[in-house]
Formats: sequence, structure tokens, C-alpha cells
Amino acid sequence: MIGPVLTGRRLLFVTGKGGVGKTTVAAGLALMLAEQGKTVLACEIDAKGDLSAAYEIPPVGFDPVKVTSSLSVMAMDTEASLREYLRLNLKIPIMGRIGPLAAAFDFVATAAPGVREILTVGKICWEVRERHYDVVVVDAPASGHIISQLAAPDAIAELVRIGPIRNQSQWMAEILNNPQATGVVVATTAEEMPIAETIELTQRLEQETSVEVAGIVVNRVLPERFGPREAAAFAALNSDTHRAWIDEHLPEGAPAVLEATRLATQLRRHRSRHLDVLRREMDPSVPLYYLPELFTRAEGLRMTRQVATHLAEELG
Amino acid sequence: MASRDLLSLLETKEIIITCGPGGVGKTTTAAAAAAITAAREGGRVLVLTVDPARRLADALGVAGIGNDVVAVDPALFAEAGMEARGSLSAAMLDTKKSWDELIARHAPSEETRDRILSNPLYTSLTTRFVQSHDYIAMERLYELHATGEWDLIVVDTPPTRNALDFLDAPARMADFFSSRLLRWLIMPSRSGFLGIASKGFAQVADRILGRQFLADITEFFGSLESMYEGFVERSQAVRRLLSDERTAFVVVSSSELVPLREATFFVEQLATRNFLLACVVLNRVLPRSLADSSATEASLKISQDSDHLAEQLGAELKVDVNVAKRVLATMGESFTDLSVIAHREAAARANFSLGSASMVEVPLFDEDIHDLRGLLRLGEFLIAKD
Repeated sequence: MIGPVLTGRRLLFVTGKGGVGKTTVAAGLALMLAEQGKTVLACEIDAKGDLSAAYEIPPVGFDPVKVTSSLSVMAMDTEASLREYLRLNLKIPIMGRIGPLAAAFDFVATAAPGVREILTVGKICWEVRERHYDVVVVDAPASGHIISQLAAPDAIAELVRIGPIRNQSQWMAEILNNPQATGVVVATTAEEMPIAETIELTQRLEQETSVEVAGIVVNRVLPERFGPREAAAFAALNSDTHRAWIDEHLPEGAPAVLEATRLATQLRRHRSRHLDVLRREMDPSVPLYYLPELFTRAEGLRMTRQVATHLAEELG
Repeated sequence: MASRDLLSLLETKEIIITCGPGGVGKTTTAAAAAAITAAREGGRVLVLTVDPARRLADALGVAGIGNDVVAVDPALFAEAGMEARGSLSAAMLDTKKSWDELIARHAPSEETRDRILSNPLYTSLTTRFVQSHDYIAMERLYELHATGEWDLIVVDTPPTRNALDFLDAPARMADFFSSRLLRWLIMPSRSGFLGIASKGFAQVADRILGRQFLADITEFFGSLESMYEGFVERSQAVRRLLSDERTAFVVVSSSELVPLREATFFVEQLATRNFLLACVVLNRVLPRSLADSSATEASLKISQDSDHLAEQLGAELKVDVNVAKRVLATMGESFTDLSVIAHREAAARANFSLGSASMVEVPLFDEDIHDLRGLLRLGEFLIAKD
């Protein structure tokens, strides 16, 4: 890694395999940065409403909505982004969502690969370039799709040799490819498939883009509660040999408690094995951060706050 | 009405499409459903996956899994302790190769084919940009189904940004090729009258993309022109196959909030499109005993009585009393922690609306699935009757 630690950068793309808590990590990271006194824009790309759910606010649109005095949230909308782009850069005023433009845009975006990606990443880079916020945190698409977004400026530069979109793709690439400014944060869990995908993604990012990985956040790490002696004692207790003792001395529902303990121990053991694979395969200069499994009653703002607190400790 | 449990679907349908949020074990579920059908019901079963992990290919013993169909060795079933009544095969989707084959099939001449295949826009479209996955996956399914070789094809859907893009892809493809804009772009002289849409388009496209890029697009779609009719016809046929009664959809999810929200979206969208959502599979369900009141009480007693119990346990296990105490304390904590999650997930499941689909709950496995035995074990849960 060449750039500064994650918290020193101005544009952070949080990605990861589906189901690892990518949105929770992005929401917690943005909240943590805002609580450190920075002005932060959190931007959801997929527009599925997961990011607003993490802050327990109604679904947001293209216009940023303030969650706190220093944290704003928006959802990407490529058509709105195109309209803003035309208004700001080409001085073409477009009123409302007019049919012909929408049709033309859909056509261009379908026919010309990379246009949609350029508008998405373009809007984000523009917010960074204009310094409207100290930091922009992007709840980026899952692993496979982030590559085509981050590689879009280079891809467009290959396909388009002149014109405004080429110029745009150049200054975008300058921001994205600068490790002082931009970093990718890969969220994962310590499970087999997410770890394999994280390793593959970091390799692909290096080969197919010039954007730097600023850190890996391992989510849902289970607490290690047993030392070796306790583990051995528990394994003995949970074997058939002591069934009679359990029936006699422990309360009626104890087998379910033993089963829960066995399951928790087993999961912990599996996850730590997968973590070893990650530590072995990753470039040692990429920092790994750990977030514990959160035993909260619901997912939402409370969970986001806890993630922010744990991230602050990890990054502190 | 006929039962829509997964077993009866696997027995009667020709195509089963699994869809759902990422990271919930969708690919493994598709492979397990195919494997258990081949083993128990017989017939020729094919699993078509888009992006199989190497582990899945290994589990099926088909390390060289590619665009071509590969048969799974029947000996593997025997090794897994189950004599297969039918046969299982696997195929993976190679996007680039499938597109090339599609172009080759529809191209009127070798010259047109080569011109398209060597166009930089084509290469970029088929390899770098993800949308092209969607259409080609359904196209490949159509091809495989049309061979008539398979009693059942289980399809694992591609990981798409908008999770249902692949369902609309055939229709979008047809719309795209028959659109006025495309006609105008390629045959401006023939269309004569330039409508306001074309003018707006020309202005926007020209200013953003520049003339040269537009010329590239024009040339590319110009070469595709001879294939429009074939494309449109085919994508309509693909769409018909998806809504045919021989096809059923299975939504796969976990019990966490975000995946379940996405699964709900799938359920609604499938209904809007009149596709048959037959079954919802919920993976990684924690043991029901975590919500047991007697177990909760037991965990409390174990924590509260730990001093007293520790002495007895220490004597029983012949370990230090402090070790025994920590074991008991940890048991209480482990149960409480997991039970919080179990309650959270049970509440999320209760809020989840299935429509008329049935639901299958698969317990959390504490081992990763590495072989056919593991797939078949998962398969048994999929077809189990309550």
C-alpha cells in the first residue's frame, strides 16, 4: 500500500461479496468519520434503500439528505446524474424527466458500454473534486461490478479518443488512480466463499484497475472464549461419556445449551481457519481490520453505531 | 391446487431457476437440488451455473468445468453412499464464448461474423460490462433446453446488479433491436423525418461522446443489422420459455434483514412478471432450540449456579475448578449470544411475505460443503417433508 491509512483519504469505495454486511460497514465508516469532525457524504450505488435503512431514515434520492449536521446520504441515479452533468458541463438545461432525452440516454447507455459507469463514478468524483465534503464514502456494488465501475474511465479512454467524455474520464482517472485520495475497502466475513472472493477481488483490482486497496474489514468475527484447557474440558463434557452426569446435575434444557456452545465453538474454529488463509494470501502491506459479530436485537441504527465505535477503535 | 413443495417441483418441472440475493448459498443450493434429484428421482439432470466456485466444481468432481456440459462420475454418488438412479451433469456459463457462438449462429456470412467479432466495441460489450451476462445466461438455458436431452435443468442465476435484470434481458434485447433510435442511427437517410427524439439524441450523444465514437457505434450495430430478426425472434422465444408452466422459480435467502428484504423484492417482481414462484429456500437457519424457554432457563441456571456446579463438574471431568467455571460461564454466554441472533432472525422470517410459495428451512451447517456427500446432505434437507 502506498497511500495513507484509510481515514486519511477523501474517497472510499466499500465493496465485498453479497451478504457480508458491506452496507453496514459503509454506513458505520461514514458515521465514524463524521463523528471525527469531518463532513461526509455517504452514497449508495445500488439504490435499494439498504444504506438509508442502516441510518433508519426514509429512502433517499439523488439529492443528499442530512442524517447529522456533518453526515449526508444520497442514492445514485444515473439519469439524474446525466441531467446534472449536462447542466453543469455543457450548459444544456434539461427540465424534468423529458421522454426523448430519457429514451436517448437509455439508448446511449445500452449501446455504449461504460457510459452508465462513467456517470455513476463521475458524479462521485465530481463531489470529491469540488470538495463539497471532506470525505465521500461509497456503498459500492458487490465484488464483480466494482471492477467495471473503477475501470470505466480507462475503458472509455480506450474507446473514445476525443470529446468531453474523454476529458471527463481523464480527470476522473486522476482522482481514482491517486492512492493519496482514493481507496477501496473490501468488506468480508471469515467464511470460505467471502474470503476466496476477497483474495480474487484484490488481485483483479491490482491487475485491471489502478485503484488502491486501502484495507480489508473482516466483519462478524466471533469472540474466542475458550482457552485450550477449557476447550478440551468442554469437548469431554459434550461427549457421550458424561451424559448421565449432565442429566443428573444440569437443568432440563441443558442439551440445547451444550449444542449452542458446540455450534459457537465450531463456527469460531472454522472462521479462524479461513482468516489464516486471508492473512497468508494477502499482500502484507494491506491492513486488516476486525469487527466483532454483534449480538444486537435488530439491525439498524444501533448496529451502525456499534460498527462505527468498533471501527474507531480498530483505526484509532 | 398441486403442492408446490420443492420435491414435487423437482419431480415435475423441466426448468428450475434459483434466484436471490448474493452470499446466501444460491449456487450450492442449485447444485444440491440437482444432485438429490439425480440420486433419488432419476432422469437426466443438468445444473447450469454462472460463476461456480472452484469448490463446487471439485465437489462435483468436474474440475475442468467449462462452457460444455460435463458429466458427473456416477462413482462419486456411490462414494457418497447413495446409488444414483439417474445422471447428473454440470455446465458453466462462459459469457464471451456464448456470445461468440450466438453471433456465429445468426450471422448471415462469415465476413459479417468476423467483422462483429473483431469490433472493439463488441469485445468490450461482451467481456467488460456485466449486463451482457444477463441475456446470454437465458439464451444458453434456451439452447440447452431445446436439445431435449434433459429431464430437468436447474439454473443458478448470474449475480446481477439489479437482481432481476436477467429476467427482463430477453425483452430488453428485443426492444433494443427493434427501437426506432437504433433504426435511425443506422439508417438515417432511410428514416427521412427526424423526430424530436432523434434530434435530442443526436445533440446529447454528439456532445458527450464525440463523433468518432458515434461512428464506431454505428458501424458496430450496422454489422449486427442483418441479424436483428433472428435476435428479436429468439429473445421472444426465451421470454416465453421463462413464463412457461414447465418452468418454476425458487428464491434462496438467509434470515438476515438485508437479504430477506431483497428476497421480498424478488417475490414481488416474479409475481409482477407472472413467473411461477414456487418455493422459498431459507439457508443457515439456527437451531430452533435456541428459542426454547426451557433452554433459556437452563442457560440462566448454569450461569447463576456456576460456583456450585463448577465444583461438581471439575470433579466429574477431573479438571481444575476454575477451568470448569469458565466452561460453564462460556456455555451461558454462547447460548445467550446465539439466541439473540436466533430471535432476531425468527422475527425477520415472520415478517417475510411469501405470497403463495412454500418455504423450506435449511439448518446452518457447521462444515463447509466440499464434496458430493455434502451436497446430497443439503439436498435431503431441501426435499424433506415437515
